[in-house]
Amino acid sequence: MLGYVVRRLLRSVPVLFGVSLVSFFLMQIVPGDPATIIAGLGASQQEIDRVRAELGLDRPMLVQLGSWYRGIARGDLGDSVLLGRSVTRSILERLPVTLSLSGYALVLTLAVGLTTGVFAALRPNTWLDQALMTIALVGVSLPSFWLGLMLIVLFAVQLDWLPSGGYVPMSESLGGWLRSTTLPAVSLALLQIGLLARITRSTMLEALGQDYVRTARTKGLPARTVVGKHAFKNVMIPVVTVVGIVFSLLLSGSVVIETVYSLPGVGRLLASAVLRRDYPVIQGGLLIVAAGLMLLNLLVDVLYAYLDPRVRYVADR
Amino acid sequence: MSPIGSAIARLARGRVVRHLARHRAFLTGSALFLGVLVVAVFADAIAPTAPAAMRFRDRFTPPGAAFPLGTDNFGRNLLSRVVYGARLSLEIGFSVVVLTGVAGTLLGAAGGYFRRLDIWLIAALDALMAFPTVLLAVGITAALGPSAANAVIALTAVYTPRTARIVRASVLVIRELDYVQAARASGADHQRILLHHVLPNSMAPLIVQLTFIFAYAILAEAILSFLGMGPQPPTPTWGNIIAEGRVYMREAPWISLFPGLAIAVTVLGLNLLGDGLRDALDPRMKVQQA
Repeated sequence: MLGYVVRRLLRSVPVLFGVSLVSFFLMQIVPGDPATIIAGLGASQQEIDRVRAELGLDRPMLVQLGSWYRGIARGDLGDSVLLGRSVTRSILERLPVTLSLSGYALVLTLAVGLTTGVFAALRPNTWLDQALMTIALVGVSLPSFWLGLMLIVLFAVQLDWLPSGGYVPMSESLGGWLRSTTLPAVSLALLQIGLLARITRSTMLEALGQDYVRTARTKGLPARTVVGKHAFKNVMIPVVTVVGIVFSLLLSGSVVIETVYSLPGVGRLLASAVLRRDYPVIQGGLLIVAAGLMLLNLLVDVLYAYLDPRVRYVADR
Repeated sequence: MSPIGSAIARLARGRVVRHLARHRAFLTGSALFLGVLVVAVFADAIAPTAPAAMRFRDRFTPPGAAFPLGTDNFGRNLLSRVVYGARLSLEIGFSVVVLTGVAGTLLGAAGGYFRRLDIWLIAALDALMAFPTVLLAVGITAALGPSAANAVIALTAVYTPRTARIVRASVLVIRELDYVQAARASGADHQRILLHHVLPNSMAPLIVQLTFIFAYAILAEAILSFLGMGPQPPTPTWGNIIAEGRVYMREAPWISLFPGLAIAVTVLGLNLLGDGLRDALDPRMKVQQA
């Protein structure tokens, strides 16, 4: 087990290096002069020169690369051009909003997605199965940000049940947090619920067709035990691996959903940084998010290897 | 024959087509997608006015007899805007599919076939795949500048690693099969083996994947446009129209409603098509369905 963890860690080193290179090169592929673009229309030559010097764009690329890595080692990803503050700090401050929203959406996804998938698999090809899978497929096809707007029209404007935006931290009031994050979490989760329901259904069907499930049935175990213990436990294994992907999709979705609901999270920070060409924030944001996801996937893989010992031997192709 | 050509030739032969013709999801998906395609191709004939034509007298007209989908804050006919939006969305989605297909096949074949290249390729692909898709696309368009062409470039960069991995996986299996070994023994060179023996038989999972990428690309382009990183207004992309309607959600919710429905129908059609193709082309998945 320890050997597996070490090998898995070593394998993520080159990927992390690649991730940091991609983030670095984002500023290098800007056509024309990034300093002029950041300073904006009508900026004087002095302002442009000041931006250029601040970002170190007047130095050779390799020197810039060197200071990018020195910065990463110190946890310093530069300063936001617009906020005039440390990128790392700006992102860390907004992280609780994004993480609590994604966590909420993840709980919704697991609760609804797993239940739907299992129910559909227990009655394959009945009207219930077809209805559930049609809903799941529609869920996968709806644009989340549009769904978010429609939910605002329905639940905030028409019914006036929930706020149309704004954020209340959990530490301030749990009820307020729930009210402010329920619509965004539902808009975010719907796509993932559809995906997970579809995956759960097909894995569950596969598990139910296995010999050991038939054996359990023939020796007279009640259906609940067969489904709950024998089949469902094996469904959990692929589901655990999907959690990493689901979280990645949730973070992707948070860029638009936080914008739609005016939630002060990392997604909204990135969305506004992009519009105003605040490159240090974009680079730092991408790097932190990708590194965080890699860490999550590492934990998922270790958990996976713990749940399913076969993985430890097979994974190293 | 080209690899893709021969894959399609195999498709046309019997079994797969018969399977698809009886697949209800595939038929529904084809109908939906064909409907959107027809609208996009004949946009000039279908749209009652130019998409940017403004009539201030008719601002904020709800859907009705005169304007089936209503008008927006400039009195622009939303039917025209949504119809031309279909054209742009499909153009962008299709460009991403073609470029991703070509780049993914080249990279995947190179990695799967030439083992020494593989380590570097895998590290690069994994690095690109470590970013959440939309975030990376948003980052790339922020660097290159907002436009339709740059949205295509960004989405291609995001989805190519995913196709390359799929092609690579099938190439890895197929290159070890007996008939490939036989071709090698009979003196075929790398190019011949790859183009005639390995690639044509790796195409099935790629075709399935590209159908889904078409769907993802349309969703992602809508997000880019909505955030202001796609083709710039007044270009009528579906994402742009939704963003323009956002300000008037209370008074005129129909502005954002219809482009969103258009996205949903298109993506639903492509997802159903993809499901059908997967069932027909991938025998392993079919076992699970049964």
